[in-house]
Amino acid sequence: METLITLLVGVLVAVGVYLLLSKEMLRIILGTAILSHAIHLLLLTMGGLKKGDVPLLTETAAEYTDALPQALILTAIVISFAVTAFLIVLSYRVYQESSRGPRLRGRQDE
Amino acid sequence: MEFVLLIFLPVIFALLVPFAFKKIKGIHTGWFVLLVPLVLFGYYLSFLPLVMDGGHAISEMKWIPSLGIAFTSYIDGLSLLFTLLITGIGSLVVLYSVFYMDREKEDLGSFYVYLLIFMTAMLGVVQSDNTMTLYLFWELTSISSFLLIGFWYTKDKSRFGALKSMMITVFGGLMMLGAFILLSIMGETFSVRELIAQAPDLLNQPYFTLALVLLLLGAFTKSAQFPFYIWLPDAMEAPTPVSAYLHSATMVKAGIYLVARFTPIFGSASTWIWLVTGIGLLTLFWGSFFAVKQTDLKAILAFSTVSQLGLIMSLLGAGAISYHATAAMFGFATYAAIFHLINHAAFKGGLFMIAGIIDHETGTRDIRKLGGLMSVMPISFTVAAIGSLSMAGLPPFSGFLSKEMFLESMVALQHFELFNFDTWGIMFPIVAWIASVFTFTYSMYFVLKTFIGQKKFDQLPKQPHEAPIGMLISPMILATIVILVFFIPNVIGKWIIKPAVMAVQPTLYASPSAVDIHVKAWHGFGAAGLWLTIGVVVFGTLLYLTIPKWQPLYRIQPDKLSLNNGYDAMMRGSEKGLNRVSRLYMTGKIRTYLLYMFAFMSVTIIAILFIKDAFVLDMNSFAAITLYGSLNAIVLILSVGFVVFAKSRLAAIIALGGVGYSVALFFVIFKAPDLALTQLVIETVSVALFLLAFKHLPALSTHGETKRNKVVNLIVSLSVGVMVTLVALSSHSQKMIPSISQYYKDTVETEAAGGNIVNVILVDYRGFDTFFEIAVLAIAGIAVLGMIRLRVSRKEPTDENK
Repeated sequence: METLITLLVGVLVAVGVYLLLSKEMLRIILGTAILSHAIHLLLLTMGGLKKGDVPLLTETAAEYTDALPQALILTAIVISFAVTAFLIVLSYRVYQESSRGPRLRGRQDE
Repeated sequence: MEFVLLIFLPVIFALLVPFAFKKIKGIHTGWFVLLVPLVLFGYYLSFLPLVMDGGHAISEMKWIPSLGIAFTSYIDGLSLLFTLLITGIGSLVVLYSVFYMDREKEDLGSFYVYLLIFMTAMLGVVQSDNTMTLYLFWELTSISSFLLIGFWYTKDKSRFGALKSMMITVFGGLMMLGAFILLSIMGETFSVRELIAQAPDLLNQPYFTLALVLLLLGAFTKSAQFPFYIWLPDAMEAPTPVSAYLHSATMVKAGIYLVARFTPIFGSASTWIWLVTGIGLLTLFWGSFFAVKQTDLKAILAFSTVSQLGLIMSLLGAGAISYHATAAMFGFATYAAIFHLINHAAFKGGLFMIAGIIDHETGTRDIRKLGGLMSVMPISFTVAAIGSLSMAGLPPFSGFLSKEMFLESMVALQHFELFNFDTWGIMFPIVAWIASVFTFTYSMYFVLKTFIGQKKFDQLPKQPHEAPIGMLISPMILATIVILVFFIPNVIGKWIIKPAVMAVQPTLYASPSAVDIHVKAWHGFGAAGLWLTIGVVVFGTLLYLTIPKWQPLYRIQPDKLSLNNGYDAMMRGSEKGLNRVSRLYMTGKIRTYLLYMFAFMSVTIIAILFIKDAFVLDMNSFAAITLYGSLNAIVLILSVGFVVFAKSRLAAIIALGGVGYSVALFFVIFKAPDLALTQLVIETVSVALFLLAFKHLPALSTHGETKRNKVVNLIVSLSVGVMVTLVALSSHSQKMIPSISQYYKDTVETEAAGGNIVNVILVDYRGFDTFFEIAVLAIAGIAVLGMIRLRVSRKEPTDENK
């Protein structure tokens, strides 16, 4: 299973990087979002996917899945959400400013 | 008394100079400043008896004791000689400047502050026993020289000259620092005396030759040796007292001092002898040859200084031979070097002052406009004639003695049998003799063209007349010294030169009186020096008389091939070339920079993975592939693909939502309920945000993306994906230590009273993470609010280059 998910992560990273390298602002933001998904999955996979039950003590299982990576991912999800929200508003503002008056990005002859 | 503090006397006095200049308007500031070198000169004279007996005095002030760095004043024959030169000629120059620099028109406050800083720096250079403080003072001379050359900073040429001398001498200074550091590594001390004591051990150390070359680079740049002499002629834009002081008598001799001081360490190496003698002779010839080409009085003197410094340098090189050959002649060379050093300081200082007087009284320094000044400026003419004849090496002036000693040393060189000198040695006296002929020629050229010949007073900017007596005092004193030295060379020798020779060659002599040299003006008809001198006079006169015939030959050398042009091209080229290099990779586009980063990252990591043979795939610990997992993976791939290929924004955003939800589904499959919950909510909110902004954003377009762009992007992004996969698989296959999660499982109930391990970790075990994650969210919220609410009204477009 880890092999499969790791390959999947590879695909997601490749797609995220590809979108980051494009010239369209929206695609760049989409790329960052996909990159963060990829990394969250990678974190989970590196913690190990096989053994145990949901990490809740009420479940009387012999073994639980690793709880630490889950806590890390939870933190990362919230932070990446904050950044994505910021980027969206930023791109909105940049477009607003650059659509009237001189362009903010690049040189005139570009 | 701790006489090390005296080094700092000028710089402390410099603090008072601006007050004197601002508050006391009636008296020329120079009169106050004159006290400093006079007092110092008088004080340092008191060391003469001690040093004459071969003794030395030392005084130390700790600076950074933990690193062994201290201000040390070490006074032996060599440093006393230089100290007396600095303070003595310093007094004369300050006196001269009182009459030369106008009290009303010039910023005398700054002038004397710079000059006093320079004096401290020079005293520090020659008295320091600690290499680190020696370097400190060395750079201080470069800086104060820079300030003095650029004193008339409104002139382009002054600034150019100042910058040029700064670049070249600081380059040399840094090289010298390298040599000092290497020496301290080899000898484990910063003290020059201790280094000299272990000189035989240093000889076989691995860095020895490197340290030698670096040290010589420092000395050659400072002393204007070939090919670093080019800064000296440009430094003539400085006020004349500065040229007389710095660029003839003191600063340019700092390199000579350095070579002399380190001769006991490096002198026994053949590289040293070859480099110092060879470069010295080359400089001697080059400087004397090009001096006749110049038309500016100060430029003639600058080239002459270059040439004479080369002479002293070559004598020091020849003196180092005495470590190998016992012939008395080579010990004689060091004596000649120091003797000529004193002579040169005296006559060149005087000549510069005369050049300044001519400039001051006629308004020009162009030798083509001058002529026949002898009748109106008789005193200046006398002094100039004495200086020039001494420079040319004629009796009864001091230059004659040193020139004879020089020629004889060079003749003796060919009898030296080590290091291939027996084959090449014959070159040395020949080059030296030719250079002497040219020296004679330019000396005559300097004095005769200016003072004799037809009068062209109507072409001069000012009607010429004799300078005020105050301005003439200093050059007259120097001219007296020039004559005096000729008649009592052995007194000077006993007092000053022999102790200095002993300091340069401490292994050869036990005391100054052991230096068995007696200078005579007359050696009899058998002496080689006599016939060589006669030859110099005959050929020099011939050359001088035919100057108009052969001077045009200088035009054969194209301007493009000159060293100055090389320097200019180097400066221009480095500026333009580096600019071009930066522009090559700094495109100003984010995409390019991201490409560099991703490409570099993936290539290096993949390469290291395989070079170090670190890739391992061990699937034993991996879980089995489940049906749900595979199906969800397919869904994820499909929706990601859709994001990439979507033609409309809406489709891309929806597909991104698909990606998020299937990731949430993975969290469900892999037993992470809290994650799944958060992911679902956040994904929903994000998509909603995207859709909100969507209304205000432009339609998707390619912005002129070409196929080639896309192919490059594809290659780079694929390699990053491959890198992540390989590293992840490899690291997951080789776990070194077990997870610490067992601890959380065991204690979550007993220590933290919770059942949900993830939540307890978030708020209890690792609560700080959560705390700051909340802060991130808050900051993002405030930033979003700020971006939307705050609008700076549009102003004029700002241009930082304006």
